[in-house]
Amino acid sequence: MPAQHWIEPHPHGIYVRPADAWIDPARPADRALVTHGHADHARGGHGHVWATPETLAIMELRYGTASGTGVDYGDTIRMGGVDIRYVPAGHVLGSAQIVLEHAGERVVVTGDYKRRPDPTCLPFETVPCDIFVTEATFGLPVFRHPDTPSEIDRLLGALHAHPDRCVLVGAYALGKAQRVICELRARGHADPIYIHGALERMCALYAHFGVDLGELRPATGVAAKEMRGAIVMAPPSALNDRWSRRLPDPITAMASGWMRVRQRARQRNVELPLIISDHADWDELTSTIREVAPSETWITHGREDALVHWCGLHQMRARALALVGREDEDEG
Amino acid sequence: MRQFSQLLDGLVYTRSRNGKLDLIADYMRTAPDPDRGWALAVLTGNLDLKAVKSSAIGEMIRARTDPILYEMSRDYVGDMAETVALLWPKREDQPAEIDYGALSLSAVVDRLSAVSRAAAPDALAQMMDHLDASGRFALLKLATGGLRVGISARLAKTGFARAFGLDVNDVEECWHALTPPYADLFHWAEGRGERPDPVGTPFFRPFMLAHPLEDGAVDLVDYAAEWKWDGIRVQIVGTGRETRLYSRAGDDITGSFPEVAAAFRGHAVLDGELLVKGESQGAHEHGGSAASFNALQQRLGRKTVSAKMLADYPAFVRLYDLLLEGDDDLRQLGWTERRGRLEAFLPTLDQDRFDISAVIDAKDFDALAEIRAGARDAAIEGVMLKRRDSPYVAGRKAALWYKWKRDPLTADCVMMYAQRGHGKRSSFYSDYTFGCWTDDGALLPVGKAYSGFTDEELKWLDRFVRTNTVNSFGPVREVEKTLVVEVAFDSIHMSKRHKSGLAMRFPRIARIRRDKPAHEADRVETLKRMVS
Repeated sequence: MPAQHWIEPHPHGIYVRPADAWIDPARPADRALVTHGHADHARGGHGHVWATPETLAIMELRYGTASGTGVDYGDTIRMGGVDIRYVPAGHVLGSAQIVLEHAGERVVVTGDYKRRPDPTCLPFETVPCDIFVTEATFGLPVFRHPDTPSEIDRLLGALHAHPDRCVLVGAYALGKAQRVICELRARGHADPIYIHGALERMCALYAHFGVDLGELRPATGVAAKEMRGAIVMAPPSALNDRWSRRLPDPITAMASGWMRVRQRARQRNVELPLIISDHADWDELTSTIREVAPSETWITHGREDALVHWCGLHQMRARALALVGREDEDEG
Repeated sequence: MRQFSQLLDGLVYTRSRNGKLDLIADYMRTAPDPDRGWALAVLTGNLDLKAVKSSAIGEMIRARTDPILYEMSRDYVGDMAETVALLWPKREDQPAEIDYGALSLSAVVDRLSAVSRAAAPDALAQMMDHLDASGRFALLKLATGGLRVGISARLAKTGFARAFGLDVNDVEECWHALTPPYADLFHWAEGRGERPDPVGTPFFRPFMLAHPLEDGAVDLVDYAAEWKWDGIRVQIVGTGRETRLYSRAGDDITGSFPEVAAAFRGHAVLDGELLVKGESQGAHEHGGSAASFNALQQRLGRKTVSAKMLADYPAFVRLYDLLLEGDDDLRQLGWTERRGRLEAFLPTLDQDRFDISAVIDAKDFDALAEIRAGARDAAIEGVMLKRRDSPYVAGRKAALWYKWKRDPLTADCVMMYAQRGHGKRSSFYSDYTFGCWTDDGALLPVGKAYSGFTDEELKWLDRFVRTNTVNSFGPVREVEKTLVVEVAFDSIHMSKRHKSGLAMRFPRIARIRRDKPAHEADRVETLKRMVS
């Protein structure tokens, strides 16, 4: 077993023994290495955090955590004899894989990742390693995300077909919302986009880091008729809630990898399901494991069973790690 | 296939009727021939391709993916066709999953109707490779004959009519002259041909419907009164060679009631109430009795009917009207004349399956009101008022026919659960389950209502639910058992639907009783005494 003596999976995080540090710990830790800013990976209350400058800024915005050391992509820090490097994961702004090297062995912890282009963050980099700790949010072969531009075109098609209504897009406040806005811009949609209050600060942070979101307007305090024919972005929890009553006859859309399955979309009362995900789909998960070609794959949150089974079919060693609190479906 | 599969997806996700009609209309205007004709056949339930057994689909996918991965996926997705559609392996030479339009709906229909059972799986697999996930789903559902679109034939025809600015009743009138893919129909709709002539086929004529009599009175010199029977409206269409039964929506329900269809061999079109024989509603003095609507419900929606069903719930029709006798169209005649023709026609019918709806003998409106009030014990819903000179016209026309339901029953119930509504109400908790007390102090659900309140009351109820939630089960919220609502309903029956053993017909919220403490709400026993 490679690296077993210095890296340990626990239900509440991955412990790097020589560095006495935890990766994405679910409970407060003295020393935390954080892959990205989503709540199931980045929590408040740690003693000291090492993360990319973007992730630190996101954590500061969300938890007010100020004590952190920014580590730029590609830079190496040394901690208790472990070389630690942050490599782009392509998931959201600032998201990183954490590459650990110690005693001649290399471990890569992906955090969450995806392989397809995202205008709001740097693309995933493949790093060959001994142990590959991968996510498996969409770890079933039914999850194959379609082309993003074709999904965006469906959104714009619905918008143009109903000039008297608005399209209300439910999207996770960190990452998905900004990415959908950027993808809309890339398909030529230059109109102002109205945003729910819960998205404002995160959008401003993205803009601060140089992501051009075009003209955004608050959806609050605006007359309904002004939003006719416009796109309104909100966190998923607001879709069917009182907040949406202010909108002009909204077409309810939701941008998520879960929208691939009809019943999931129906359960959410979604009229326009958009399969846009910030996670690797099944084909990306399996092709990434092939490319990285580790001697062992550890599979964290999601549908681990199927991916473990797939590794077995292809004569690759794999084990499922049962990490707690990693099933935030709004994030898909 | 893409335009068709997108239409199906749209119909699955769109909640509002109007939105569905727009989707259908848009498709009918823009899709090519003969695709749109086949689509119309699918939507109206007139295309049934069963070349492929669902077991063949299972085999097909197991040959292409690992069986364990397939099982895991199916467990997660829940539906076999959807699972297979989603995990169908992508061909190496295709960069992304896109339906390029290589395969049209009509090509699929042609292929599936011609293929043998043995060759079907291979044919299907070839087609799967040219489609995206939505297209594959539509294909598999078409192939196994299990495409449930969740809309009525009437809605599909209404969407078609909307596409070309036609009256849906005109479409309905010629519908049965047509066979898929309906080239004649599209020619006519687009002004390129004559209207198809359905002569000689047992086709549906749109029903004449009634307005509720809100308040005020009518003069019985001008109006005749009949009992309002609680079954389903049915149209019996016979050509002499063939007889079909149609529901109010124009759906062919002949298969569910074979004994009724078999009992009519004539050449005529009749309108009546489909009922099950029994004693629950009405009696001899009302011109005959019938079983409750609940009994009839056992027979609805069945494709095949067992001998036991036929014996336990024998159906018959109580006739209201005669639309055509032979080739003689009576619809322009006044009600009195048609009634005379119907009475004269009656003796030619099988007395076991057909009787006639009695005309109520009342000297004036006040006398009728008294008779109507007295009919509660006989569990009759109310009375119908028909203008004596009214022609038989499609739909609801003001001042011709009225339904005058008896005053509803009411009960004070306690709100137990709430769920969000759909469409415009999607943010509101607008669907309520309410209960009554048992003798040992437990609250048992007796019904569910989502209407009856004003917009203001809805806002208040929504706020009540949000601030008094004690538990959430998925979309359902359990609330503090403190709010009494007065529920109005037309009748109440024994039923297994609720734990209380009771089910209400047309329950609605009549009033919010903020003044009433919950323990003073009605008891289940009280409701049981109202059972008709």
